[in-house]
Amino acid sequence: MAEMTVLEAVRTTLAEAMERDDRVLILGEDVEAGGVFRATDGLAGRFPGRVIDTPLAESSIIGVSIGLAHYGMRPVAEIQFADFIHAGFDQLCSEASRWCYRTCGDAWLPMVVRAPWGGGVHGGQHHSQSIEAFYGHIPGIKVVVPSFPADYRSLLRAAIEDPNPVLFLEHKRTYRLIRQEVDGAPAETRIGRSRIARRGEDVTIIAWGLMLHEALAAAEQLAAEGVECTVVDLLSVQPLDRETICEAAKATGKVLIVHEDTLTGGFGAEIAATIAEEAFEYLDAPIRRLCGPDIPSMPYHPAMEHFFMPDRERIAAAARELAAY
Amino acid sequence: MPQLGESVTEGTIIAWKKAEGDLVELDEPICEIETEKVTAELPSPVAGRLVRILVPQGETVAVGAPLCEIEEAGVPAGRPAADAPASAAAGAPAGEAGAAAGTGAPSRRRFYSPAVQRLAELHGIDLSQVQGTGLGGRVTRKDVEAFAARQAQGAKAAPTAAPAPPVAAAGAGPAPGGPLTGVRRTIAENLERSSREIPQAWTMVEVEMTALLARRDALQQRIAGRKVTALPLFIAAVCSALREHPVLNARFEQGELRVSRELNIGVAVATDWGLVVPVIKDAASLSIEGLAARLDDLVTRARERRLSVGDVEGGTFTVNNTGAFGSIASKPLVNPPQVAIVTLERIVRRPVVTGEDAIAVRPVANVCLSFDHRVMDGLDAGRFLATLKARIEAGTFG
Repeated sequence: MAEMTVLEAVRTTLAEAMERDDRVLILGEDVEAGGVFRATDGLAGRFPGRVIDTPLAESSIIGVSIGLAHYGMRPVAEIQFADFIHAGFDQLCSEASRWCYRTCGDAWLPMVVRAPWGGGVHGGQHHSQSIEAFYGHIPGIKVVVPSFPADYRSLLRAAIEDPNPVLFLEHKRTYRLIRQEVDGAPAETRIGRSRIARRGEDVTIIAWGLMLHEALAAAEQLAAEGVECTVVDLLSVQPLDRETICEAAKATGKVLIVHEDTLTGGFGAEIAATIAEEAFEYLDAPIRRLCGPDIPSMPYHPAMEHFFMPDRERIAAAARELAAY
Repeated sequence: MPQLGESVTEGTIIAWKKAEGDLVELDEPICEIETEKVTAELPSPVAGRLVRILVPQGETVAVGAPLCEIEEAGVPAGRPAADAPASAAAGAPAGEAGAAAGTGAPSRRRFYSPAVQRLAELHGIDLSQVQGTGLGGRVTRKDVEAFAARQAQGAKAAPTAAPAPPVAAAGAGPAPGGPLTGVRRTIAENLERSSREIPQAWTMVEVEMTALLARRDALQQRIAGRKVTALPLFIAAVCSALREHPVLNARFEQGELRVSRELNIGVAVATDWGLVVPVIKDAASLSIEGLAARLDDLVTRARERRLSVGDVEGGTFTVNNTGAFGSIASKPLVNPPQVAIVTLERIVRRPVVTGEDAIAVRPVANVCLSFDHRVMDGLDAGRFLATLKARIEAGTFG
């Protein structure tokens, strides 16, 4: 029986993948020393020459990964903070995403980019961003956002084994916060599937990352008040599991989408549009989004950070309103 | 009479736990009900006084029929019915209980959500007759559902459907003689339906179990203190084969085949009180350890009669471990509305001819499949079994 944190799940899975397959290697800033979050701790010693420090240049980290993958390796690139990935946006979105498509499927690009995202750690303006909406918009890159250690294990493995680019997002606040007994826990092995983590008949809450854990805590609180929530653990932004999302929406007719990212153009908008298109006749209330405010970045000050981020109380309040509607 | 399970149409009162005139608390058990699937205690939907028992002990009534009348505690007449369906059980005609709500409550423009309109059309309901319990008296989806339930039984009063309680331990086993009751009768009716409605074909393959048993032994090393059988591994292999041949993972109802994306695997469990088929929900999302643990839990609760309605619903495919009885070949009956059922027969050590034309002793088991020939042909069944056999023999599953 193994209890693991999110961080241990990531580290163990990386080690297992390198053990299994010589073509897997890790590159990124300070990864030889274990990385700022210690996700690659000890790997450089175990796998000499396969954990490679890079210059501080995300465009080259991703560009080099493209080259490695094209010539038969399976690179797993670490971006130190998701906020800095945008320097590599062109490499990821203009090159990597199109590799398979523009060669009519002749060339594949088995690469993974790992990035710690999200707030709640007083990371301030350049270390707290949510990036799933930027990259979830790009066909050709899969974007994975697990919440529980068991899914981190199964989906990181799936990402490394996937023949094409996967952006694997790790919520940094949950690294050491979330623990789970992984043996026997549900673990999604297929990228592009969501899971109904809890079933209830009053309100459906859809969330990912830290917000999923807050949503589950809110659902627990609400159950004591007699409001039963269905909670969807999104797991994947691209591809989007429209079927599971709509099934969960139909179950209650009342939907609350929660994300840390700012409201306008956040990925919740895509989920809301999907439900409006495919489950319209089952809706019994307007679809609601509970998100970060449209402010340029997450503030550093604890009180202001708290103002920015949804939490279990706010989720419960919004769900209560929907239930009563 | 609450609907304790899909396809359940009636229930029998086994015993009243409260007499007329007794006070009842919210959720306090008021009577014991036996349906064809489960035996359950009915929690009171409201707190108050039991005024009248409408269905005496031993009588069977249709789902939706009123069982008793409860006078709700501290309800002045004419209050806006915040929980109209529950107070309606007190015998007041629906729509009178909260006559004031339509006029006295802050008026909200009559707006009907898409869900409400769809349900109203489906059940032929005049929405102006429905009492709204939502914001500002809005008619909610639940209001329409409750109204439809009341309308369906043609009465003005209806009890609320109680949440499914766990199965209580009341006797319903095979009767020593006389008419079949409860669980036994359900089994009879289900199998009668299976036989009558489904043209079933049967096919069998031989599978070498060496690789699967090796994986079982490895799993046994990891799981101490619990005996690991071949069954969870077999189920994992079935899941991986079903994913490749989804047509077998389906429900066929009202002439419509619905292939399910979730693998909800029913497992036939023989108990002292009859056969029951608890369901491993979304089995594809579980590791083999997870399957083993879930299976243990379901079997234990089945034997102890602690399964809830949710545990036995929604199956999309059934696995039967007939080998447990020592059988080496059997012809299972498809569990309607599913379209296929597979058995794992006894694993026996037998001489087999190997690839090098030598004779070796190997563990072998038969795997039998019955399927609904209306929705698929031998080709589908054969392909599924071929995949299943290949996965088990190579040990590549789960």
